[in-house]
Amino acid sequence: MSKPGKFSLGVFLLVTLFLHIPLVILFISSFNSSKSMRWEGFSLKWYHELFYNSQPLWHSFYNSIIIAISSAVTATIIGSLGAIGLCWYNFKMKKAIQTLTFFPIILPEIIIGVSILIFFNKIGLNLSLLTVFLAHVTFNIPFVLMTVMARLEEFDFSIVEAAYDLGASELDMLLRILLPIAMPGIIAGLLLAVTLSLEDFVITFFVAGPGSSTLPLHIFSMIRFGVSPALNALSVVIIVGTALLAWSTKNLYSSLLKR
Amino acid sequence: MRKNYGPIYVAPIAFWLIAFLSVPLLITLSYSFMEKGLYGGVELKFSLAAYKSLLNTAVLKVLLNTIVIAVASTAIMVALALPTAYYIARSPVKNLLLMLIIIPFWTNFLIRIYAWIAILGSNGLLNSFLISTGLLDEHIQFLYNRYAIILVIIYTTIPFAIFPLYSTIEKFDFSLIEAAMDLGASKFRALWLVMIPNIRSGITTAILFTFIPTFGNFAVPQLVGGTDSWMLGNLIVRELNITRNWPLASSISVVLTSVTMIGVLFFMRSQSKKEL
Repeated sequence: MSKPGKFSLGVFLLVTLFLHIPLVILFISSFNSSKSMRWEGFSLKWYHELFYNSQPLWHSFYNSIIIAISSAVTATIIGSLGAIGLCWYNFKMKKAIQTLTFFPIILPEIIIGVSILIFFNKIGLNLSLLTVFLAHVTFNIPFVLMTVMARLEEFDFSIVEAAYDLGASELDMLLRILLPIAMPGIIAGLLLAVTLSLEDFVITFFVAGPGSSTLPLHIFSMIRFGVSPALNALSVVIIVGTALLAWSTKNLYSSLLKR
Repeated sequence: MRKNYGPIYVAPIAFWLIAFLSVPLLITLSYSFMEKGLYGGVELKFSLAAYKSLLNTAVLKVLLNTIVIAVASTAIMVALALPTAYYIARSPVKNLLLMLIIIPFWTNFLIRIYAWIAILGSNGLLNSFLISTGLLDEHIQFLYNRYAIILVIIYTTIPFAIFPLYSTIEKFDFSLIEAAMDLGASKFRALWLVMIPNIRSGITTAILFTFIPTFGNFAVPQLVGGTDSWMLGNLIVRELNITRNWPLASSISVVLTSVTMIGVLFFMRSQSKKEL
């Protein structure tokens, strides 16, 4: 078997270094006592600043958590029901609904942000946490739908028919057959939706009003005010937090699949 | 015959997407054909004024800049992602190498942009370094131009090129390359003439997944671009929030959506051709 050559190794190393070096620089400068990028000694003062003197940042983080959980749960319920309907039933307009669910994935985010802002303005809804919630549910639904459908497609519809033949009602079938089967997909979809919601900047930028800014929006305004070393500390906290979350959900997920 | 519960399961998703996606998109489309209201909003009168002002040289300049940035970033990303994905797919420790690509994306999108501001800004690391080594006498601004936008877009978007390419190369049968080389082709020729045509679908996916977010980008040019390197996204935000010309903002959105849709249709056609 031919081995990959020096050229592809070189490009791979270049890309990997390119992706990692800026974050390593942020990591190192988060411990720098100076406000500039010149090293002037080790200090934890930016972490102190982040945890004790950044009230608005923690308020926006609180908003982000509220929005992420509420929109992910709502999108998961709507998306999972949709996945069951689209995967295992035939009815009129099925194709049209399927096409509609692709739109939030393929449209540039800015288009969704602009049009939903114009819509809220048209119906006279003031921008608040509610409008952020509605927008987040909208862009999360298709991702939950795809994740749950991928799980359902592994199973044969005949198990549902068998349940009916053995006398199960629709509710029995839903609670005792479909939900347990779909559960790993539903949980994966929920986690994906939480991540997408926490991460979203562009759509939230359009639909957040005064007092309803989320963490990404707050970071955006911090960047525009100029370089703040507290941001370096925040990025380290976010990377470590995500790594811990990824590790613990991976364990949760594999234990679910084993069951 | 038992009852068909399909429509009941699908009702919530259909209702939600029609109310918060289709209707807003249609309203935006209709706004682009109306007259601008005095204090934002629109007058309910048919007008092509918004589309006429798209032909304004200032708008066309932004459109051209957007196309240049999107094409250049996409080309560089695919060119870098091809060898990278190839190397990962042929490595015995694929999953480890994929993790190396993913980990930087565990941090927030805006913080990834900010990292480059900390490096390239006039008080950034690069300036401090160049001044302390005596290569530079005074601070230079490396940010707020087209090249900074392209660099940061590549930094934040390149995995969308690497992953689709990786998944097609991973499935490619490399004994075909051996065969071509046994028949006298050089390694480069064998890869170019045998592998590339076989991973076409991965290449189209990579182009599409990088071109769409780049063409509609707004955060990157807003933070690391200057006024002369604006992209369509910045123009939409200005017309929406500052100038308050909503028909113009809508018509630019329509252009952006149309370009995206043409790309998607082109992609779907190339995929269905492959199946034939």
